[in-house]
Amino acid sequence: MNQSKAIKPPSKLKYTLIFLVLAVLYVISYIGIKADFSELWTGLPNIGNMLSQLWPPDFAYFKSILKPMFETVKMAVLGTTIGALLSIPFTLLAARNVFLNRWVTGITRLILNFIRTIPDLLLASVFVAIAGLGPVAGIAALIFFSFGIITKMTYESVETIDPGPLESMTAVGANKLQFIGFAVVPQALPAFIAYVLYTFEVCVRASAILGLVGAGGIGMGLKTNLDLFNYTHVTSIILFTLIIVVIIDSVSAAIREKLL
Amino acid sequence: MSQAQKTFSAPKKTTGQKVSSTISWLIVLALIIWSCTGMSFDWQKALDSMPIVKRIFQGLFHPEWSFFNEDEGVLDNMIITLETAFFGTSIAALLAVPFGFLAARNMSKRFVWISWLGKRILNIIRTLPELIIAIIFLVAVGPGPFAGMLAIGFHSIGMIGKLYSEAIENMDEGPMEALTAVGANRIQTLFFAVLPQVLPEFFSFALYKFEIDVRAASVLGMVGAGGIGTPLLFSLQSQAWNRVGIIFIGIVIAVVVIDFISGAIRKRLV
Repeated sequence: MNQSKAIKPPSKLKYTLIFLVLAVLYVISYIGIKADFSELWTGLPNIGNMLSQLWPPDFAYFKSILKPMFETVKMAVLGTTIGALLSIPFTLLAARNVFLNRWVTGITRLILNFIRTIPDLLLASVFVAIAGLGPVAGIAALIFFSFGIITKMTYESVETIDPGPLESMTAVGANKLQFIGFAVVPQALPAFIAYVLYTFEVCVRASAILGLVGAGGIGMGLKTNLDLFNYTHVTSIILFTLIIVVIIDSVSAAIREKLL
Repeated sequence: MSQAQKTFSAPKKTTGQKVSSTISWLIVLALIIWSCTGMSFDWQKALDSMPIVKRIFQGLFHPEWSFFNEDEGVLDNMIITLETAFFGTSIAALLAVPFGFLAARNMSKRFVWISWLGKRILNIIRTLPELIIAIIFLVAVGPGPFAGMLAIGFHSIGMIGKLYSEAIENMDEGPMEALTAVGANRIQTLFFAVLPQVLPEFFSFALYKFEIDVRAASVLGMVGAGGIGTPLLFSLQSQAWNRVGIIFIGIVIAVVVIDFISGAIRKRLV
């Protein structure tokens, strides 16, 4: 008559321990970053003050930021395109079902992980030091940035493709190029295009702020206006950027939905 | 046996498909060409900057090790960055819960506009760049990691809330119906049917966002919001590449370690 045995509730010790560890971490962090919510409370009027200066946006200013806005989009287009082209060979090198040698995939992944840890602003600042102020530095940074994202997402989806065609290509004696061209590419292409589009959306957002370190685009105008306390212009820039980002996001999301 | 000899050919595309794919490629090509206009690439300048590139690489490969555990050095600042990301993400993870429920379609079936509104709000929060939010909070609390933490706490609500709402939408509604059937009120349903199902996923999403926020927090210092970004900005401006090198190593190690730990925890959670 085992049914009458009461079910014992799971031990709570584990959860108690987790919450204790979290609590300790919170206290350490709170002290470490000198957090003080009363400071936020007393500072709120400052934000209110700033926000009131931010409003209303200067709509006439939209026309004069059209050029840097276009530059931002152009930077994102070029950065994503070149990054996507570069990512193709590395995607294949990193996928374990294309190259069966663990050394090849392992080393490629190590390089990719390394590139992805570099923050985009750091990349942009280094390229500003090399290429000088302007969009070229931004494009260079976005190439690395988009390369890292696209390669990672694509090789993961290449690894989930149907192994049937791969095996039949090997069985009929195809060489590596034929193997890739006829078994891998047709299966992985829609996902690849979708990821490129997604990365383009991310790059547009990144491109809009790279100018804060001087790498071209709308961010440079943003920084100038912030430094000059030209808050109505700041609002116009932020608003305009939001509009562009939302438009690009929705167009790209619609295309991606059709693709996958 | 005649069927076995049938030759196979690639599936034919209809004319409509061909036309539309040609048009989309043309649009992409036009976009790329348009992007190249107005961009000037100066080869001479690129060649001139080779010595700088050389100096950068020299600096990056000969990092200033002594700066690592100096006072206010890499270690101190990296810890502040991690604390900023940790506290900010945690706050966002809590604040995102009501937003997640607001945006989930199956939580307000009778009023579709509620989830529509919730999704809109989350979208707007996600679209505002962290750096901009950080600048706004800097005005309120002055420069320092607290402003960075507030910025991360605010910005992360957008993405965490969206992931939460998707988790709620994908959950099994059986337990909810069962509890409603036995006469539980909404609060009881929430605690005994919804939360037990979604909490592991919530936790996993918060951890995932924490990984992203560590990267974000390490550059927030470049606008004055504390952490490792502050010395990074100074050494970039003064072109002290050896120092950039050691800071860079610090960031990479921290990011890799955090990703590894968080990834291991997430694997066990879901």
